[in-house]
Amino acid sequence: MDWTALSLSLQLAGWTVLILLPVSILMGRFLAYRRFRAKGLVEALVMLPLVLPPTVFGFYLLVAFGANSPIGQFWRETFGHQLVFTFEGLVVASVIFNLPFAIQPAQRGFEAIPLEVREAAQCSGLSPWRSLMRIELPLAWPGVLTAMVLTFAHTLGEFGIVLMVGGSIPGETKTIAIAIYDRVQAFDDRSAGIMAATLLAISLATITATFWLSARIGRRLS
Amino acid sequence: MALDVMARASAPIPLDIAFRVEPGEMLALVGHSGSGKSTMLRTIAGLWRPTEARVAVNGETWLDTAKRIDLAPHRRRVGIVFQSYALFPHMTALANVMAAMGHVASGERETRARRLLSLVNLEGLEERRPAALSGGQQQRVAVARALAREPAALLLDEPFSAVDRATRERLYREIAQLRSHLAMPTILVTHDMEEARLLADRMVVIEEGRVIAAGTTAEVMFDAGALKTMGHRDVGASLPAVIEAREEDGLVRLSTTAGPVWLPRADGDPGTQVRLRILAHDVMIARQRPAGISALNVLQGTVTGMVEGEGPGVVLRLDVGGGEILASLTARSVKALELAPGVSCHAIIKAMAIARDDTRSASAPRP
Repeated sequence: MDWTALSLSLQLAGWTVLILLPVSILMGRFLAYRRFRAKGLVEALVMLPLVLPPTVFGFYLLVAFGANSPIGQFWRETFGHQLVFTFEGLVVASVIFNLPFAIQPAQRGFEAIPLEVREAAQCSGLSPWRSLMRIELPLAWPGVLTAMVLTFAHTLGEFGIVLMVGGSIPGETKTIAIAIYDRVQAFDDRSAGIMAATLLAISLATITATFWLSARIGRRLS
Repeated sequence: MALDVMARASAPIPLDIAFRVEPGEMLALVGHSGSGKSTMLRTIAGLWRPTEARVAVNGETWLDTAKRIDLAPHRRRVGIVFQSYALFPHMTALANVMAAMGHVASGERETRARRLLSLVNLEGLEERRPAALSGGQQQRVAVARALAREPAALLLDEPFSAVDRATRERLYREIAQLRSHLAMPTILVTHDMEEARLLADRMVVIEEGRVIAAGTTAEVMFDAGALKTMGHRDVGASLPAVIEAREEDGLVRLSTTAGPVWLPRADGDPGTQVRLRILAHDVMIARQRPAGISALNVLQGTVTGMVEGEGPGVVLRLDVGGGEILASLTARSVKALELAPGVSCHAIIKAMAIARDDTRSASAPRP
């Protein structure tokens, strides 16, 4: 059992969720309420990681983050090391790759709030911020929660992107999914089996907890 | 404290409407769906901005497109009751009302919210969520929430359309009672003339974004010009008359340009000039002067025009000695009696009332 790899995976998933939570709320809300000409294009861009093979996506990220790219150069000048093959690079890739999982369910959550309820909040004197905190988030909450759980579980299991952008550096970019692949390659089926079962258990527990929590809150609301 | 509104726009619907509502007054905006009445409410609340508009309350300008003033909705002290009530579904009735009390010190909110809920007869239901309340109860919570803001203007957007008839009539009475507590200008948006007549002081009838009739409810109800919008059921006309004398059997004789009429009751000394309100559906038409009929009031007149409505109904305009009255008939009767402009006939009036512009016209018993 590669505890370092498991810990790294959990950290990566944690950071991804933390960064994507505000993005999920703001973008989901924006796309749910606003109508603009390029909306279709923006929604398509957000969904793109869902249909693109991780290797293709990883390849472009590798090019974009590379030492010769503007982003890569900026990162090196600012933080003193390169972005690819580091944990930070993995987080950035993971954030981008999880955009559809983070934004779509949140957007559906905000879309489910009737327009008149939002207008009533404004006409009750609630500022946009207070309306978000007191009316919209409590109502769109199941959508946002689903988004975060999907992001977390999906990050734990991501393989292709991690391998492309991060390589397989123990303690830095070697996540549990990579470690399982590594063990299988080394004919160490026992270790691979234990780690696979652990990942399965964590994923199942996360999703079950979410459903249970949603149902409980759903009952409280109705 | 008055509310002044002006709005002009060409899209999404053409709009050119202006009106003023005095403090404590209830103005009904009456019209079909799509006439622009709800758009006016949204303009006042700041939920929509027409090309050219001005909204001022109590000397404070909320919106003035010419001066580029446009307060955000949450900065306008407005109370609004939506057609769907739009209660916050995750909050109790009490929390819904308290949510609109951002301007009140937090220690005082609950006391005030409870007082408002008892004002709208919801004592004991404070802890219920909207889903556990009936339509009528939800509407009351919405009214309490709108009042919780201590609004400078109260806006009611078809607030009775989602409840059954019995509940609606109870809510009418409650709103009428509540009005004595309200000092702010109130606007009621409705498509129902009867609702407007029962609740409002004045009416503005809107059709395709324009005002086609305005005045006290009594004046508008008897404005033949508002016929198309209001439908046959509620229209009528008014006829000038002079009170002459009380007769031995208690009936009061009045003279009109078309001849004498009798009413069971008429307050006023002989010589007093009054206007008689006659609803179109209280008028029957006969080609010959009818005999052997219980109705006392029969006026001779000439058909001056006909307005076809939806369905089989026709409204006839009659000239009776210089005054105009309206009669509501079926198209079949019009054909059978060969009625057409210029034809002379007799109007049998089943009921009429003396109108007073300062108060509501009370319906007189049928003779």
